Amino acid sequence: MRATLERVSPARARRAPSRPQLTRAGVIVVLLLFVLFGLPQLLSLYYIDTMTQVAVYSMVAVALGVLVGRVGLVSLGQVAVLAIGAWVAARLLFATTQPYPLILLEAGLITMVAGLLIGLPALRLRGLYLALITLMLAGAITVVLATVNFPNGGHGFLGYNGSLVHIPPIRRPSIAASDPAYFRYSVVVAILMFALVLAHIKTKPGRAWAAIRQSEPAALAAGINTWFYKLWAFALASFITGVAGGVLAGAVHYLYSIGFPTQDSITLLAVVLMGGVYSLWGAVVAALLYQFLPSLLNNWGVSADWLIILFGVGVLQVLTTAPAGLADQVPKDLARLGRLLVRLVRHPAPSAAGAGAADGGEGP
Amino acid sequence: MIEVDGLTVRYGGVTSLDAMSLTFEQGTCGLIGPNGAGKTTFFNVLSGFVRPASGTVRAFGADLLSMAHFRRARWGVRRTFQTEQAIEELSVFDNVAMVHEHSRLGGASRRTDVLDAISFVGIDAAPETKVRTLGAGQRRLVEVARAVVGRPRLVLLDEPAAGLPDEETSHLGDVIRRIPEHTGALAILVDHDMSLVSACCATTAVLDFGKLIASGPTAAVLRDDDVIRAYLGVG
Repeated sequence: MRATLERVSPARARRAPSRPQLTRAGVIVVLLLFVLFGLPQLLSLYYIDTMTQVAVYSMVAVALGVLVGRVGLVSLGQVAVLAIGAWVAARLLFATTQPYPLILLEAGLITMVAGLLIGLPALRLRGLYLALITLMLAGAITVVLATVNFPNGGHGFLGYNGSLVHIPPIRRPSIAASDPAYFRYSVVVAILMFALVLAHIKTKPGRAWAAIRQSEPAALAAGINTWFYKLWAFALASFITGVAGGVLAGAVHYLYSIGFPTQDSITLLAVVLMGGVYSLWGAVVAALLYQFLPSLLNNWGVSADWLIILFGVGVLQVLTTAPAGLADQVPKDLARLGRLLVRLVRHPAPSAAGAGAADGGEGP
Repeated sequence: MIEVDGLTVRYGGVTSLDAMSLTFEQGTCGLIGPNGAGKTTFFNVLSGFVRPASGTVRAFGADLLSMAHFRRARWGVRRTFQTEQAIEELSVFDNVAMVHEHSRLGGASRRTDVLDAISFVGIDAAPETKVRTLGAGQRRLVEVARAVVGRPRLVLLDEPAAGLPDEETSHLGDVIRRIPEHTGALAILVDHDMSLVSACCATTAVLDFGKLIASGPTAAVLRDDDVIRAYLGVG
């Protein structure tokens, strides 16, 4: 056993990025360039607006993924947190002439403080009870928002004036006034938020979260202040969701409390689980399921309500057969299909069934 | 040196540890006893997971029981668990680095310290390997590596060889025996494998129903009549 120790040298562990890593990085860069510059040329305004929503909800999904997938905290209140971010951003956008990035940062930070206030008592609970308490808080926030309304250019702390006839739209950054430009802007903000999550996962907090999710005693025995790191996850998720709320405010121009129903948080958790709660790509898949699919169905004249059934079946499928979600399962299935096709081409017909069975047993 | 004085733990009506008083000098000390004797409870008190009803633990002059559980690792208490708890999602390196970054040591020496701990326990896999892909014996070694990194003062090993084949147990025994000299820590080994305890521990203490029934040089303790009676269940 110890004869192999010489291999484990510092030089080896500090190796340069491998070829698959470089390839992956290249693919991601090309994909992002396509999304930023190719996609707006190809899509109609209807779908550009949809994709802006996808960018917004991918941030919400990645934040929920941190809580559920990394730390094991189930929150059913993320849409309400998004509403807080949108409210704060809208209020600041009407009240000040600050540049948009600053507004987004402030919306994120203020939402983070709100999230921490919610998280402090809630983190004493876990599992079903934490889910229940976050759901009830989300309900409470929805009720409060329905009463105070979203800012519409009025005065005072709440910034709402019910007798306004001409409601001014929530402004966008001057560099991103048009819909395609605002879509690009949203994607850039989303990339920054994904990078923020990645920076956490790959470093000290990510390791601490992984330990907490698997075993709190092991985490404590490793010297990890589990309470602090859970709160940190809550703070990070609230910050990102708050920023997403700020982007949403500019995207839609007008905000209404009916746009943030409590039950949407449940659907959101379902799509995040379906997309894949352990990977960042899963958050993108979740956002596509949550925003793109309904738009597609609406465009085809099919009621998007059918999706609730689809999501229900999807969550069941994911939880029973593919816990890492579509982001993990689809590439594996495609690779398997590819290998099967290659074999079919090389050894046609008779051995095909046998090859398929052997391949299926092999696993990834 | 660890001085345990009058340590009593009760769960409801059950007394898991009954006025345990014992001094662990240095090196690797064995702690044995039948199932339910209170060995893991004792470890849980030292780790801060269980609050004793009474008693004190002074470890190298510090009052261990007054420290918050997560701070004890920083002070130097390390442990492995009866059911192995290597973090599956992380690599071997990250599993060990995770403990180092919450220890008293700074980040400058982290990479060397972590790789040193990995090579000390002799893990037969590259540091960047995910723990999820490792077998039971290697995972145990990851846990032990976590326990020896970052200048531990007290290393608690809770049945580290449980379920391992003989060959891996003897390798683990070699590692455990070298822990005090390599890290300067005092190690306490709980195990049912008497040959492992004999091989690793100069002194051994025996618990039975929460009471300390013997302690001293391992060979003498294992010949003790009370100990044989406790293990064999003879009246």
